[in-house]
Amino acid sequence: MGKLYNAIFSAGITFVLACLMIGVKLDTDGATLGVTGATPEQWAWIFGGIALVFFSQLFSDQIDAAFRKIPKPQVSHLIPVGDKMTQLKPWLMAGVFVCMVIWPFMVSRGSVDLATLALIYIMLGLGLNIVVGLAGLLDLGYVAFYAVGAYTYALLSQYFGLSFWVCLPISAGMAALFGFILGFPVLRLRGDYLAIVTLGFGEIIRILLNNWTAVTGGPNGISGIAKPTLFGMEFSRKSKEGSTLFHEFFGIDYSSSHKVIFLYLIAVVLVAFVIYVINRLMRMPIGRAWEALREDEIACRSLGLNRTAIKLSAFTIGASTAGFAGSFFAARQGFISPESFTFIESAIILAIVVLGGMGSQIGIILAAIIMTILPELAREFSEYRMLLFGLTMVLMMRWRPQGLVPMKRPVLELK
Amino acid sequence: MSDTFLYLVQQLINGLTIGSTYALIAIGYTMVYGIIGMINFAHGEIYMIGSYITFIVIAGLLGMGMVSLPLILFIALVIAVLIASTYGWTVERVAYRPLRGTNRLIPLISAIGMSIFLQNYVVLSQGSRDIALPPQITGGWTFGDPNLFEVSFSYMQLFIWVATFVSMLVLTLFISRSRMGRACRACSEDIGMTNLLGVDTNRVIAMTFIIGAALAAIAGLLLSLYYGVVNPFIGFIAGLKAFTAAVLGGIGSIPGAMLGGLILGVTEALTAAYFPSEYKDVVSFGLLILILLFRPSGLLGKPEVEKV
Repeated sequence: MGKLYNAIFSAGITFVLACLMIGVKLDTDGATLGVTGATPEQWAWIFGGIALVFFSQLFSDQIDAAFRKIPKPQVSHLIPVGDKMTQLKPWLMAGVFVCMVIWPFMVSRGSVDLATLALIYIMLGLGLNIVVGLAGLLDLGYVAFYAVGAYTYALLSQYFGLSFWVCLPISAGMAALFGFILGFPVLRLRGDYLAIVTLGFGEIIRILLNNWTAVTGGPNGISGIAKPTLFGMEFSRKSKEGSTLFHEFFGIDYSSSHKVIFLYLIAVVLVAFVIYVINRLMRMPIGRAWEALREDEIACRSLGLNRTAIKLSAFTIGASTAGFAGSFFAARQGFISPESFTFIESAIILAIVVLGGMGSQIGIILAAIIMTILPELAREFSEYRMLLFGLTMVLMMRWRPQGLVPMKRPVLELK
Repeated sequence: MSDTFLYLVQQLINGLTIGSTYALIAIGYTMVYGIIGMINFAHGEIYMIGSYITFIVIAGLLGMGMVSLPLILFIALVIAVLIASTYGWTVERVAYRPLRGTNRLIPLISAIGMSIFLQNYVVLSQGSRDIALPPQITGGWTFGDPNLFEVSFSYMQLFIWVATFVSMLVLTLFISRSRMGRACRACSEDIGMTNLLGVDTNRVIAMTFIIGAALAAIAGLLLSLYYGVVNPFIGFIAGLKAFTAAVLGGIGSIPGAMLGGLILGVTEALTAAYFPSEYKDVVSFGLLILILLFRPSGLLGKPEVEKV
């Protein structure tokens, strides 16, 4: 009986909430504001939703049981462990890398472009993973460091004519510096404060970029950012001031897809570099300290670990990865404006980390790919995209907080 | 009285008006934090929903031909508070309660998801553009020298001051006198012990979400009438501001949230008055970082003791 009462109650609440938002719509009719009722189709949706809530509450035990029965994707079992793995791993990595390099020459330009975007998100996801997944610090203004990286390259290239390759480390350095300056005061505090302060910081950066018109161009952004070059060779059709062109140097016909593939390959190399560095860091004492600190702060401190220094290192390294991704993003787009660096972007990156499984690199790579490709496939549902994002985040936390591919730690059992 | 002084007075009036509504929203953050030690991320969206409900009810009643303004405002207030409280309760039920006792990051992320969901729910159902309502409460007093600078204090501003004052009075009485209020205070001291003593802590937690949402709805009603415009994105910035106010006053402390809101509102008004107004958000978030740097426990908060 309790179940039935609960279900009726939930359905009633849903009805009230739905009626006053979907059921009535504010409409401006000339100067006066009016209210119109929902269309029959919307009412159908509302009652469908109510029925869904009613039955999911009524049969919640059965649904939970069914969820538990679904075999969880045991990806980790597919990967061989132990000595076999250490032998196989380099070959496997090399194989994946070669596939990644060959692949763009066989598919259309659009899909290569999409893959480049996915690679940017992979970079961002991996960077945020250091902060959120490994060190357990919730950073909601991650996009600020992405923006710092992008604007560093855009401004340096516009005002000083520096090339992409020179700016790449500078951008990462600048983002790291910002991370350091922000992290220094805040990281001594508890985690929730960090979430809000980083959120505020993200807004500050966006507002500054929007209003400092003299330098950043304000809302109009910066356009005509130079593309990356290959040892000084440009990928444009006509050369500007006597620089060598890629297709002339190699004596092949000009094709616009050269540039796209080149950008993709840069992204592949950058992602490989980021993965390599992070993997090395995770095996170093500092990486171990990040995870230890996340698990038990007090125990870490009593073992003599410097809490602030460890958190700060994670925060700074995460920020520099975003700076990396940012400068590449600026180079790829050729145009940046503060519009690209809103809170929603931070939320998407966070969603990638959460969906993939906090701390799990494979999971994050998968989630980044899914998150980039799915919206492209489901274009007609694009207006529901953010709604579903939010819903997925809530449901994931409830049923599978460890993510799609949970992080696997080396476990030693005493027998 | 000089020109600059009158200008300052005007800014103070404006600042206190905005600040008192920040204080109302901040109380919701501070109460939830005081009891479960977590930030209610979807709180800003509850405020936004409160604003929408206000507009819907007022537009509906005006459309039906009702003329008595006090009655319209009263009905709008009651409905906005009821519906927003229901939203607040639902947020607790969906995004917080099932996750109690897990890692601290997990409810925070689910609340962010909830906030994104609610924002887009309103975008989809009401559209994303600004919706304007002509001013309902008009008129006011002016004083000062008409040749130099005239300070104006509108009835709307008075209404905001009075409504905020009354809500805070009611809240203070509720917390200090009622049975539920005592349970709230006990929970913020030690939730585990309170549970052992036979208080239904789940109910208390749900109650704090409801109270917070009700106050946010009142703030939504006041601010939406004051500005005359709503859109689905106002909750984000308002939530951030109110959180800043709560931290400024010392998170977990209700008088602190009130004080913090007022200080933040005045600071913002003064910044907007003497600097380019786009920077007022930068100043308030900068203020947040400075407080955390020099006095993390806020103005009236107790320093946090870490327990092992």
